[in-house]
Amino acid sequence: MKITVDEDKCCGAGQCVLIAPEVFDQRDEDGIVVLLDASPGEEHHDAVRESAQVCPTAAITVDEDA
Amino acid sequence: MERDHEKVLDYPIPAPSALEPPQEWERLRSGCPVARVTLPSGDEAALVTRYEDVKRLLADPRFSRRLTGAGAARIAANESGGVFSSEMAASVPDGGEGHRRWRREVGTWFTAKRMTALRPGIRDMAEGLIDGMVEAGAPADLKAHLGFPLPVWVICDLLGVPESDRDRFSYWSDALLNLTRYTEEEVSAAQEEFFAYMSGHIERRRSDPGDDLLSALITGTTEDGAKLTDGELVGTGMGLLVAGHETTANMIGKMVAMLLSDRSRWERLVEDRSLVRTAVEEALRFDADSGIGLPRFVTEDTEVGGETVPAGTTVMCAMAAANRDTGEFADAGEMVLDRAPNRHIAFGAGAHSCLGQALARTELQVVLEVLLDRLPTLELAVPAGDLERVDGLAVGGLATVPVRW
Ligand code: HEM
Ligand code: HEM
Ligand code: SF4
Repeated sequence: MKITVDEDKCCGAGQCVLIAPEVFDQRDEDGIVVLLDASPGEEHHDAVRESAQVCPTAAITVDEDA
Repeated sequence: MERDHEKVLDYPIPAPSALEPPQEWERLRSGCPVARVTLPSGDEAALVTRYEDVKRLLADPRFSRRLTGAGAARIAANESGGVFSSEMAASVPDGGEGHRRWRREVGTWFTAKRMTALRPGIRDMAEGLIDGMVEAGAPADLKAHLGFPLPVWVICDLLGVPESDRDRFSYWSDALLNLTRYTEEEVSAAQEEFFAYMSGHIERRRSDPGDDLLSALITGTTEDGAKLTDGELVGTGMGLLVAGHETTANMIGKMVAMLLSDRSRWERLVEDRSLVRTAVEEALRFDADSGIGLPRFVTEDTEVGGETVPAGTTVMCAMAAANRDTGEFADAGEMVLDRAPNRHIAFGAGAHSCLGQALARTELQVVLEVLLDRLPTLELAVPAGDLERVDGLAVGGLATVPVRW
């Protein structure tokens, strides 16, 4: 799994951090998403998929095959 | 289905009971994705009810929620539509770079990390309020004891307002928002007191800054070195109350009522606390009375559900109807406590989706956890069918939530 985030789209809602805190964080200055781990282990995959699906601005892209 | 398109429905559409959706929603979603409706003001608008359509319109940056443009419909005859009013935008840095900078600064107070830090404080407040309810004895109105005060207390904390002033804040917030329940004199008196209080509070914070959002906005330096004016600082407090008090207060009441209306839901949560997070999301999705919906003023011809919506149309986006769309949600008419992912749009969608959603989620989760811990025997004190809705237009809610334990 390979994750990319689009900082320009992110509105800082923090949904991803609440669901997958090992993979996503937010910058202190402006709340914009920080990707902690672009290729997280198997155990985080469900949470990552859920984050991508509920992100209000569709700022998270998940490539399942990479 | 042609006839549907000709008929002009009165909006909002009445529901069979407080917790149930109007039967028309299903018919509109399947047969009439863009319905002509008459708003309470008498103006006409287009009602959109399908999940994909509502979400796309809300997130479309071309279309604004500002209804001050020529030709835009008015929601109510006495336009003071709370969440919709342009006064709200006027009280905070208006539009453009100033507004974006302000939103960025305010936004840093709503990150997941901040929420984790706020959680124990919110838990203490919820515990204290539930103590008060238990002391008053059953049956009690959960909305008055818990749902209504908690979100104001939380906003007071964000603004650095001391505990001793919370009750005054609650009253002002209620008077400023519930324009129908108070006389004109009461509303303007509350407004004056609120402004006077906030001005004094800002003065105190300027000389003695604390660890709160207002102090940060006062002392913060930004890239362009510009400072917020006192008016804008007062507006920030007011904006947060307008956007975050009534919405969250009502959602606490509706969430608890929905969970208790079929007590097997409550029992499942008592047994399995790990469901709290998804149960809160499901309550947000299942809420059949989230208010009139969000307006969008369409400035260019656009296609919705295979039809062209012409420029100059005011569209009402019915999030609650979209959240029950069987095309997006399996078993949409059931409350599925472990639903995941739950792509509901109770907080809107896109760049303008609710700024306070992490806080709202935290408050709802904490309230539910504390209630499950403290009052596992909680139940509705009236039949669910007897619950009544409040009159307000912008934000839906229950008038009271009578409970016993
Ligand atoms: C009390 C809080 C707030 C109120 C009442 C408010 C209200 C409004 C209104 C009425 C508009 C114009 C309507 C529209 O174009 O859709 C607007 C635009 C906008 N708001 Fe807010 N807003 C608030 C907070 C925020 C925050 C915290 C942010 C950022 C994180 C933000 C970012 C924006 C942006 C980006 C626009 C588009 C216009 C522009 O680019 O300047 N707003 N807001
Ligand atoms: C369950 C409770 C809540 C619900 C259902 C809710 C819902 C919404 C919705 C639907 C919008 C409009 C999005 C749009 O126009 O597309 C919004 C905007 C907003 N909400 Fe909330 N909200 C809640 C709680 C809160 C709280 C607790 C706060 C802060 C203390 C807050 C602050 C805001 C702000 C500042 C905006 C304007 C954002 C902007 O202009 O970009 N909300 N909310
Ligand atoms: S959920 Fe989306 S919008 Fe929210 S912080 Fe994460 S990436 Fe940004």
